[in-house]
Amino acid sequence: MLSRVANCLFWLSRYLERADNTARLVDVNLQLLLDQRSRDPETLAGHWMPIVQSAGDEALYRSLYPDASASNVTDFLVFHPANANSILGSITQSRENARMVRDQITIELWEELNRLYLFLHTPRAAALLKSSPVEFFQEVRAASLHLQGLVDATILHNEGWHFLQAGKFLERADKTSRILDVRHHAFPERGAPAATSSVSALEWAAVLRSCSAWDAYKAVHGAEVHPALVAEFLLLSDEFPRSVRFAVQELDTCLRRISGVAPGRFSNDAEKLAGRLLAELQFGTASEIFATGLHRYIDELQFKLNAIGEALFSVYISQQFALPDGAQLQQQEEQQQQTQADG
Amino acid sequence: MNRSEPLPDTFNGYALDGFFDEMFTAQGGLRPHYQRFASSLGTVPRDDWDHRRKAVDTLFLRQGITFNVYGDSKGTERIFPFDLMPRIISAAEWERLEAGLVQRITALNLFLHDIYHEQRILKDGVIPPYYVLSARHFRREFVNFQVPGDIYIHICGTDLIRGADGEFMVLEDNARCPSGVSYVLENRRAMKRTFPSFFEATRVRPVDNYPAELLAVLQHIAPAGVSDPTVVLLTPGAYNSAYFEHTYLARQMGIEIVEGRDLTVRNQHVFMRTTKGLRPVHVIYRRIDDDFLDPTVFRPDSALGVPGLVHAYRAGTVSLANSIGTGIADDKVMYYFVPRIIKYYLDQEPLIKNVPTYLASEEADRKYIVENLDQLVVKAANEAGGYGMLMGPHATQSERDEFRRRIEADPRNYIAQPMISLSRHPTFINDSGQVEGRHIDLRPYILYGKKTTIIPGGLTRVALRRGSLVVNSSQGGGSKDTWVLYGED
Repeated sequence: MLSRVANCLFWLSRYLERADNTARLVDVNLQLLLDQRSRDPETLAGHWMPIVQSAGDEALYRSLYPDASASNVTDFLVFHPANANSILGSITQSRENARMVRDQITIELWEELNRLYLFLHTPRAAALLKSSPVEFFQEVRAASLHLQGLVDATILHNEGWHFLQAGKFLERADKTSRILDVRHHAFPERGAPAATSSVSALEWAAVLRSCSAWDAYKAVHGAEVHPALVAEFLLLSDEFPRSVRFAVQELDTCLRRISGVAPGRFSNDAEKLAGRLLAELQFGTASEIFATGLHRYIDELQFKLNAIGEALFSVYISQQFALPDGAQLQQQEEQQQQTQADG
Repeated sequence: MNRSEPLPDTFNGYALDGFFDEMFTAQGGLRPHYQRFASSLGTVPRDDWDHRRKAVDTLFLRQGITFNVYGDSKGTERIFPFDLMPRIISAAEWERLEAGLVQRITALNLFLHDIYHEQRILKDGVIPPYYVLSARHFRREFVNFQVPGDIYIHICGTDLIRGADGEFMVLEDNARCPSGVSYVLENRRAMKRTFPSFFEATRVRPVDNYPAELLAVLQHIAPAGVSDPTVVLLTPGAYNSAYFEHTYLARQMGIEIVEGRDLTVRNQHVFMRTTKGLRPVHVIYRRIDDDFLDPTVFRPDSALGVPGLVHAYRAGTVSLANSIGTGIADDKVMYYFVPRIIKYYLDQEPLIKNVPTYLASEEADRKYIVENLDQLVVKAANEAGGYGMLMGPHATQSERDEFRRRIEADPRNYIAQPMISLSRHPTFINDSGQVEGRHIDLRPYILYGKKTTIIPGGLTRVALRRGSLVVNSSQGGGSKDTWVLYGED
């Protein structure tokens, strides 16, 4: 498969996963806000800024908005054109990558992704977000699930599909850890967090909901939300499909499928790093994580995930496939395709 | 108009306005090859038309069957407007056109071989050498180069029009990167989906084997000794107006679509960069111009090409379609000589005529052109896209003066033709909700490999604006499905 195609497939699904996570995160936190007693700016900032931080775009946000209100943060994370990681930005980039490899994906997948893209660009989408955010996010999340289903059910599970999987699970591991990190202020720097008040129980439930983990958590631990169990569940569960461990497991598998290397072995740096991280997650315990300190642990985790992404790039893609610059764009456009043209 | 046929009331008030109409005779009667279609038309309730047309538009937008708007890097995409009223060509008429097109591409390929080798046609004085040697797309570097299979133009799009008397004429040949065939295939798919009953009533020849035929041509020109060639489509990239078509054709043929940066040349062989390392490439269906193919040979600032590609091509390790240097054949001055070219190489009269043409570099012609600018269409020899074109009767005095100056400064670069009243076709018009006559042309796609193949019909473009003769998509043009009927109908 062409390196450029592998690159496009990887980013297609990575941006899709990013949009999906952002949609859940904003949706859940908008609802959570309805339960809060105080609406003063400080409380609001305390609620929203960690969410902006988890998306990694705090500086950009501060340059665009004076304060952290629900409508500002929602606008920033859903539609703002300057924010490449907004839902709109992510879907646009996912679709742009899909467009470059249209011959490699199925019509069903392309049409649904294009439909979502076109929907987000209509005034109807912006109006819906204002009048009924729940419905808006429902629409985005339903489309996202539909797309994931199409990737699984309509595309050949060959090399290209493994690159789609790699993008998805690398992003998922990263995003789940970031969503958990949103509440890291509630943790002691080191050691296990204590049982919690009813207000913060709501917040922890929101973290679970942001990862679609509420039902799964309840099935394992019952309805009582204990922060330490939440952290353990989201990081180390081997059964919950959005946990970091589960995502790294899948990542490890598809990396080895791409190269054909047997489990427990590696043929390149990406496989080595992914295998090593997986072993840490498989043989690590919650108490060790808390001994390190949750925030620090998540920091290191994200660093390792980045390293896997970079290694994957240098093994399979090896040259930059940046979007074309102005001069290249002009040349691409100017190539005479003898039709539109002549009269 | 009074008619006995059961046409829907959207045809009430349909006027011929003195133009040749594809569907109706001058007396207002239905032409025989439209008979079956007209009967099935009446079975579609009026409200259904609107409904189904909107469904088709939505379908095209969702599938991304779009072209990019020139100069807009934000990626604004538009659909090429599609009219549900098909254009129909009878079996007998198509047979004549087909023979004429085969004749034309055969002669053009012989001509290209000749001017890149012995140049007999120049030595025999049939074409003044000056016209060929001064042509912008003449590649003297390729004189005496043997192209694979001795084929220069593998894919040709020839634009045909019908004038006031209804006779088909060639308006121009597109021998470099003719585009638009994906619309032919997608329009047919949309029509079959929308009006399956039409196809039961009228038997229409299929078009969907085009990708297979194209692939056969590309495989045919593989370098000697390569039995299972790797064929790729080289695109300028996702921002080109025809990018949809590139991915569409690559997908239909099951070949890789590559950009210049996906390819590299090692030791005079072309390779593509894959996740498993470099893989050899044998045939390139290129959709970029000669100038951009290889920055080490042609334009050094090309960001789309592949350094060393021309070297590999010359070494015979990779084949290109179309070959380098075919642009000379669609130079508009060379167009003037095509009837002579046909006569010279085939000793035949052209089966499809040219539009009468005046060459500005011939003194008598030039005098006629500058004196009659208000009645002529002037075209620059090497421009496409309606650039460098003057529609005399519709131009202002100062535009005509400007062209007079340009023609006198650079006569080699200009030709002129009388304004042709293109034939018209009933077309569903949004604003009036009625069927009205609109001007159309036709572009068949000719494939020249082991044999010559033309898919029945081609792309019918329609000028949707009232009175307009310009079928360009950028200026309110749209397209129609084109039906060629089976023999017995």
